[in-house]
Amino acid sequence: MARRYDSRTTIFSPEGRLYQIEYAMEAISHAGTVLGVLAKDGVVLAAEKKVTGKLLDLSGVKDGGYGGSGEKIFLLNSNVVAGVAGITADANSLVNYARQAAQRHLFLYNEDIPVELLAQRLCDLKQGYTQYGGLRPFGVSLLYAGYDPNYEFQLYHSDPSGNYSGWKATCIGANNGTAQSLLKQEFKEDMGVEEAIGLVLRVMSKTMDSTTLGSEKLEFSTLTLDPTTKQPKAKIYKPAEIDALLQKHDLGKKDEDTEMRA
Amino acid sequence: MDISFALTGKGYVLIAADTTAARSIVKMKSDEDKIKVLSPHLLMAFSGEPGDTVQFAEYVERNMRLYHIRHNHELRPPAAASWIRRSLADSIRSRKPYAVNLLLGGYEPRERTPHLYWIDYLGTLATVPFGAHGYGAYFALSLLDRYHDPEATLEEGLATLRRCIDEVSKRLVVSPGKYKVKIVDADGVREVEL
Repeated sequence: MARRYDSRTTIFSPEGRLYQIEYAMEAISHAGTVLGVLAKDGVVLAAEKKVTGKLLDLSGVKDGGYGGSGEKIFLLNSNVVAGVAGITADANSLVNYARQAAQRHLFLYNEDIPVELLAQRLCDLKQGYTQYGGLRPFGVSLLYAGYDPNYEFQLYHSDPSGNYSGWKATCIGANNGTAQSLLKQEFKEDMGVEEAIGLVLRVMSKTMDSTTLGSEKLEFSTLTLDPTTKQPKAKIYKPAEIDALLQKHDLGKKDEDTEMRA
Repeated sequence: MDISFALTGKGYVLIAADTTAARSIVKMKSDEDKIKVLSPHLLMAFSGEPGDTVQFAEYVERNMRLYHIRHNHELRPPAAASWIRRSLADSIRSRKPYAVNLLLGGYEPRERTPHLYWIDYLGTLATVPFGAHGYGAYFALSLLDRYHDPEATLEEGLATLRRCIDEVSKRLVVSPGKYKVKIVDADGVREVEL
């Protein structure tokens, strides 16, 4: 009998639940972890990559694009980077929508879109699929790390129901419970961005399945202010930079591992 | 026949506009307010085709208010100016364009900077230290070139504005009698006496 209410996204069950939405959120809690921390002078985002393997062609990742591998962390606008967890194909479609929304705002107001407004734009779209007939909602949660002159650095989270909320530090995807309790213990108000990077890497290394962190399993980005122009500067780390960062924080591979690879 | 001036000073923008509503050669009214308060830190003087002016000014006013309600913060002066310019640029490419010229003055509390924009019905936008529309521009711009000081106090700014108005009264054949002057600064928007 339960199936009567499962199959349609837009129908409430007798207990007043929307099963498809809940299933979508369940799907996300199996996806790769995405973690964000808000510091006083920047925002840090890290994500666990799921699609790996030595046969995967990553030659385009090394020096192409904005950095990252294009699986989990995306540049939505010059002032917003997003980490996605869930169905990658859905995420790509949402990222494309977000970039268009940001450009539309730029066209109309000649300023970077405020971060909350961008989150709202995506949530309006996601909410639509909980109400109007479609086959299923977007199976994607996002973390938005952004900057705008009104509220400065911000971190938002949005889920498939179209809810969004602002956070000082949060996590989505697999093991998000563990990561959140770690963040709750270790988060400090008025952290600098360097300290936040350390925190993010520490929590990430504890929540991920693999014993050693490396660029093949991790995407990483920061959003800070450029000291000279005072404009937001998004940096999505390239694989070599991630490995260097991990070495710096003593979380990377041991020397013999790298020697073996070479 | 509308005349409007605006100038920036240290932490403020002053906007002045005449108060005559005329049709053909007849003065219909002499206390018309041609400066709209768009938001707590935004002023707009409008001039041009009667009817178009009020219609467009109210359209802008309500859109600014809508943005404020929807997003819990007012549009910053540069963004507001860009939006207004876009509206006029779209308008002139439509079947029935608005013939409205604007002076937009704003203050940004966060950065503590005054902003002044000169906008015309063609959809031109210029960031200016001072500006004027109408016949007044022919007389006032040279004066403002000579006397404008971006670091001027309010008293000095008002004195410069008075010079412009006096010059127009002296030289223009059909000069308007009265002006309304408004200021926008850290304290918001208010009317000032000349």
